[in-house]
Amino acid sequence: MKVPRHWRETPQRYRMEAGKCSKCGSIQFPGRVICPDCGATEMETVKLSGKGELASYTVIRVAPTGFTDLAPYAVGVVQLEEGMRVMGQVVDCDPDNLKIGDRLTTQFRRINEEGKTGMILYGFKFVPDLGL
Amino acid sequence: MKEVAVIGIGMIDWGELWEKSLRTIAVEAALKCFADAGVDKVDTITIGCMSGGLFNNQEHLGSIVPDYLGQRFVPATRVESACASGGLAVRSAFLEVASGMAEYALAIGVEKMTDVDGGEATFALATAADQDYEAFHGITFPGLYAMMANAHMFKYGTTLEQLAQPSVKNHFNGSMNPHAQYPFKVSLEQVMNSTKVADPLRLLHCSPITDGAAAVLLAPVEKAKEMNKPYVVITGVGHASDTIALAQRQDLYSLKAVEVAAQRALKMSGKTIKDVDFAEVHDCFSIAELMVMEAIGVVEPGQSGAAVMNGLTALDGDFPINPSGGLKSKGHPVGATGVAQVCEAVSQLRGESGKRQVKNAKTALTQNMGGSGASSVVHILEARS
Amino acid sequence: MVGIVGYGTHIPRSRIKVEEIAKVWGADAAAFKKGLNLNEKSVPAPDEDCATLSVNAARNAVKRAGIDPQDIGAVYVGSESHPYAVKPTGTIVSEALGACPYVHTADLEFACKAGTEGMYIALNLVKAGEMPYALAIGADTSQGAPGDALEYSAAAGAAAFIVGAEDLAAELVDTHCYMTDTPDFWRREHAHYPQHGGRFTGQPAYEKHVFGATNAILEKTNMKPEDFDYCIFHQPNGKFPVNAAKKLGFTEAQYKYGLLSPTLGNTYSGSSPMGLAATLDEAKPGELILLVSYGSGSGSDAFIFRATERLLEIRDKAPRVRKQLDEHKIYIEYGAYAKFRRKILKAD
Repeated sequence: MKVPRHWRETPQRYRMEAGKCSKCGSIQFPGRVICPDCGATEMETVKLSGKGELASYTVIRVAPTGFTDLAPYAVGVVQLEEGMRVMGQVVDCDPDNLKIGDRLTTQFRRINEEGKTGMILYGFKFVPDLGL
Repeated sequence: MKEVAVIGIGMIDWGELWEKSLRTIAVEAALKCFADAGVDKVDTITIGCMSGGLFNNQEHLGSIVPDYLGQRFVPATRVESACASGGLAVRSAFLEVASGMAEYALAIGVEKMTDVDGGEATFALATAADQDYEAFHGITFPGLYAMMANAHMFKYGTTLEQLAQPSVKNHFNGSMNPHAQYPFKVSLEQVMNSTKVADPLRLLHCSPITDGAAAVLLAPVEKAKEMNKPYVVITGVGHASDTIALAQRQDLYSLKAVEVAAQRALKMSGKTIKDVDFAEVHDCFSIAELMVMEAIGVVEPGQSGAAVMNGLTALDGDFPINPSGGLKSKGHPVGATGVAQVCEAVSQLRGESGKRQVKNAKTALTQNMGGSGASSVVHILEARS
Repeated sequence: MVGIVGYGTHIPRSRIKVEEIAKVWGADAAAFKKGLNLNEKSVPAPDEDCATLSVNAARNAVKRAGIDPQDIGAVYVGSESHPYAVKPTGTIVSEALGACPYVHTADLEFACKAGTEGMYIALNLVKAGEMPYALAIGADTSQGAPGDALEYSAAAGAAAFIVGAEDLAAELVDTHCYMTDTPDFWRREHAHYPQHGGRFTGQPAYEKHVFGATNAILEKTNMKPEDFDYCIFHQPNGKFPVNAAKKLGFTEAQYKYGLLSPTLGNTYSGSSPMGLAATLDEAKPGELILLVSYGSGSGSDAFIFRATERLLEIRDKAPRVRKQLDEHKIYIEYGAYAKFRRKILKAD
């Protein structure tokens, strides 16, 4: 039963809530107790835009359990407008034509499911920023 | 702090060992190590194992290993740092001897990976990544290193040929290693045309799933001297950690934890990388070997691809890397790898490596790595006589 | 006065052509294209379902409305493809939008009119002064049995409407409902695909209820078809809504902007609401819009909206329906479609 593990990440996965250090202003995703840049512990919650540029990516051909029906699929590290990098799948694209530097935005998607009868896991995925 | 010597090494043949269990292979490697050292009782045991729980549903290796090794009541500790668990076991044993807590400290690395199917093994390995923010999105370990490869190629212009060459070199070396899981040569074309796993990485860029174990016995240098044969001293130990998530590293094309661990180990031994004759490094994927070359200072950042094509790291090159065949050819039973690297370094430094012997090997570096470079353990070993 | 303060849609990028489906079943594509005015339909990606379509549409609605999601007092998701049989889609949507926790939510189901049901409730809750804003969504990843006529039309999409009492982009003029127990189409609990009454779905079902609601609201408001600038009738295919419009006395100029089904298919609960969204993309201030949904079982909800000046301000804060429908399409073959829609029997 992995429900609590997934449920507690809901703010990050559904809304891309991050932690912003009240002292130095650095933004961490996911939020942290201690700012890794200045060591301060006062954090405020901010919502990320979900927009950014592809910093690197791969196309998964051999997928782990739970993802095999999606293969081949792209996973990227995206440099967000807010300055930090975030990992996520890149969908609605031709994985063979992705390029570092591509402009991406996020959509809400189904990430995985625990078998045919278990919990459905949702979260953000990146898509090409086509104004759709 | 006492000076610490390696007085025994034990390697078994690695592969898909269908008939042998986790405990059996751990014991077999330890017994070979005992035979090599001429010792049959130890003061302490450290076991490096990434995931007995997920691969074999067996935790508590700190009991089962000494029990089956005939060392009942000996204090035993299982350490874990993902694929760097073996290196960490050696470091922990080193600390026991160096501190004077123990005289004979046995370090065993073991992983029995074929008790689960490929999907479950992939899942177990992915627990070394950030479960909630990386594995959740369907990334795999080949995928993480593939992202580093793409970033390295983008940053430095590293080519697909350069990316393939470490596999060719390591299989050539491994073809001379009787313990290797895949002791055969592969061509550049074979590597570059093998099955795609996670672009740009293909099957022959990736280390395999392996059952294996290795053991080393550490003792104070005085004990080694009593044995009246060449021995090896661990003169440097470096260990470092970095962010678990690849996305949060300072960049995607370097391995900072490896760089820091190597600097610490070299500083402790009073040496620079130029004093090192060869290295056993963590080529879990071919890109890892290239990035480790840059992190430990064998070449400048961005120069690893050209260097490997020029033969710098070949067995007869100026700085041989992975004479054992590396993880690629020898196999990668994750928790065993770091210990096996030390076994190979000792074998080479003693001049016992046969056809794959590195000439005039006096000083060796071993580098073991966990996750996507989130932890690393480096040892400097020197031959003494 | 209450009305629409923001609207948004989402259409998956994949499409399958009628010819591609017909090829598999040995059917006559031309018959579907001509007879039902269907050319292609949207197909949800394997990671899209009613909840994801709803969230992505609702985010566009929030962008247009320019409101704080915390001010949304109710979230209604109308669909017949809720991802869970038990566990609301509305909680997922509310959480993803950031509308929790002071929000009322319900999943609605009434075949293809579940979307307008939500609109009806939302409009009336705001009208009653219960809350400043309410969100109503019609969304479906529609099911149609392989080889069945419905397979050529069952599509995926969502439309979301935020209703409020101030800064209206479209004012609600009036509503009327028309409903009887008419079993023309259903899906039993645990059944994968719906069943339908064939030609029975036409005159005694679709037409009777669409005409009933339309005539009732025209009578109630004392208006005639020519008083409207636009009309949208539920569009299970490209033929029914056109025939209904003509029989009721409406013209192509009135229905053409809202008619999406020839290249979108039937997005079930999203169908007529998406037509309304496409019409709002075009309407000028002061123009009148008639919306009549239809849900099998059966019933129709009729609405009259009047566009305002504000519609021009909010229109381009989110993508228009035609952009989502006509641009960046990804055509897929039946094999990929069958895999995406989980029509292939796999080992457990």
